[in-house]
Amino acid sequence: MPANQEAREVVGDYKAGWHDPENSTIRFDFGLSEEVVREISALKGEPEWMTDIRVKAYQHFVERPMPTWGNTPTLESIDFDKICYFLRSSQATEKDWDDVPEDIRNTFDRLGIPEAEQKWLSGVTAQYESEAVYHSIREDLEKQGVIFLDMDSGLREHPEIIRKWFCSVVPLTDNKFAALNTAVWSGGSFIYVPKGVHVEMPVQAYFRINAKNMGQFERTLIIADEGSSIHYVEGCTAPTYSTDSLHSAVVELIALPGAHIRYSTVQNWSANVYNLVTKRGIAHEDSKIEWVDGNIGSKLTMKYPSVILKGEGSHAEVISVAYSGEGQHQDAGAKIYHLASNTTSKILSKSISKNGGRGTYRGLVKVSPKAENCKLNVVCDALILDEDSRSDTYPTMEVANPTAHCEHEASVSKVSDNQLFYLMSRGHSEEEALAMIVNGFFEPFTRELPMEYAVELNQLMALEMEGSIG
Amino acid sequence: MGSGESDIEALLEIRNLHAGIDDTQILKGIDLSIAPGEIHAIMGRNGSGKTTAANIIMGHPDFEVEEGDVLLSGENLLDLEPWERAREGVFLSFQYPQAVPGLQVGNFLRKSVASIRGEEAAKGADFRRELNEAMDTLDIPRNFLSRYVNDGFSGGEKKRFEILQLQLLRPKLAILDETDSGLDIDGIKTVAAGVNAAIRGTESAALIITHYSRILEHVRPDKVHVLIDGRIVATGGPELATELEENGYDWIEGRVGAESVA
Repeated sequence: MPANQEAREVVGDYKAGWHDPENSTIRFDFGLSEEVVREISALKGEPEWMTDIRVKAYQHFVERPMPTWGNTPTLESIDFDKICYFLRSSQATEKDWDDVPEDIRNTFDRLGIPEAEQKWLSGVTAQYESEAVYHSIREDLEKQGVIFLDMDSGLREHPEIIRKWFCSVVPLTDNKFAALNTAVWSGGSFIYVPKGVHVEMPVQAYFRINAKNMGQFERTLIIADEGSSIHYVEGCTAPTYSTDSLHSAVVELIALPGAHIRYSTVQNWSANVYNLVTKRGIAHEDSKIEWVDGNIGSKLTMKYPSVILKGEGSHAEVISVAYSGEGQHQDAGAKIYHLASNTTSKILSKSISKNGGRGTYRGLVKVSPKAENCKLNVVCDALILDEDSRSDTYPTMEVANPTAHCEHEASVSKVSDNQLFYLMSRGHSEEEALAMIVNGFFEPFTRELPMEYAVELNQLMALEMEGSIG
Repeated sequence: MGSGESDIEALLEIRNLHAGIDDTQILKGIDLSIAPGEIHAIMGRNGSGKTTAANIIMGHPDFEVEEGDVLLSGENLLDLEPWERAREGVFLSFQYPQAVPGLQVGNFLRKSVASIRGEEAAKGADFRRELNEAMDTLDIPRNFLSRYVNDGFSGGEKKRFEILQLQLLRPKLAILDETDSGLDIDGIKTVAAGVNAAIRGTESAALIITHYSRILEHVRPDKVHVLIDGRIVATGGPELATELEENGYDWIEGRVGAESVA
């Protein structure tokens, strides 16, 4: 708590905005070229096939124009030549926090990661800049054959699995930023859960950017084999700088028949980070993929967690919240592709905009002609806290099979004076009352999070509501 | 501001209150004094200014006081924010309680008790016991605690929830704004029992705002005031409520008219 207070004095309300001195062991010059891509691959001692994928992806990134939709002016303002594409800050990925360089360990201490690990997690990966500095998994899970590694170690230790699945869900030509990630990826998580194994407690990855003008490009691949289950949780923060950083991740999930993957994110980047992420899962027969996606920070987020319902009877859920404050644009949503019969999906999107912030819901639900008896439900609610803020909704439904059962609801609301007065009459200040309304609005999301995250999110939102009453 | 010792005795003292909303004057000079332990009723038709009076005492930001004072135990309430008034001991049971989706009843009650009676009062087994007892007397089932504040509540549930809050927050002054409206006779009895439990035999006081005399049969008020067009035109004992019920507001308007002519 004193650490947080200290941090708040420095950077205002954003409590993770401090930075450490940069003690990198390897730091690339700014800018991107094929040479940079090859160098990253060489440095990691990768097999040739991975180098080839990277180079191909780089070529596609160069050729591919910027998206012409969304917040194009902000996208165009990204200067790819002023970003550092690789920064190694520790020689090794340690298994013991005591072996992690002190500055870095202190940062993760302040973020509460080792404490959370002891209390309620099955395993932890902590990534600092480009690579994981710490990694561990509970022994009993390892004995059951669960693989939980940072992606670089994953490629070294299990190249055959990675070769089989890498880019199988998000091809390198998917979009400009997925191509960029595929070219320069570093770090991220690799998880394989064997048949029938249920990982009861969540595993967590924490991503921290520390350096200025940093690009973080983690790559995550999760494969849940038949009848298995896992809950993966990720968090992320960065220092507040006046110059921009870029976070562009790719996440691929594969839920084999009967498996269940839940992927929860609380994204709290500082307001100078572009967060352009591609997340997608493939759900086989009777499997279930859930994205629980919270976007609180960043300058611009463009992220639409997707599920391809490939197998009969599979189910997808995307529950997301977005908070856009001053100078922020959260362009988020979900995409679901019903390719098989008897598949079901549910999208719940909640956004709050304040102090001129902008929230966009962009959603796509597609039902293919062959998919019979699909059920889909889309709900998007926006709460606008003042006149300067903005909320837009772009829901698209393309239903090519008449047996589909579709439900869609959308609402835009404002906090009413009577609601505030009611809560104030019960002894709550105007700010407390507003935080109660806002946290209530997010409740359908927070109740899906592990308790520790839910508490943190509520505190975060209460902090955002401070000073919002003029 | 002091006009002497009489302020100190009164729990609530309203003096020459002129107030309104959007440049429309609604209260045109109200004087009212309630002693500790007393229950008063204000009766009047729609539009007579009853709800405005309740909102002014609680501090609704939309209403404007043009003139006059509202004192709680001699202290001026009008300078305080609504939550400060609540912490000083003012409670309003709303005519239209507001829904707050996502805010759980149990959580909200605990936070409100902590804010008004202090953190200690909202902790541990004692609070749990107090909460359970209050819910039992109001016939509120336990699963109520995990529902969202007033969200999807029936009319009766909303009113009982207001009284539950009244019991737990233990105010010095409870204002009930048409808490009886829309309730059946059992509902009215339950609400009345709650009010009696919270006020009778304590140093607290209540101001019951209502159209009808029904609730007043179960909560015998010490005084009944009749509000017409922003003024208190008659004050009497509980029998005034009965007379009003039998003869209607026209009767009292006629009486007042006759008196002012005389």
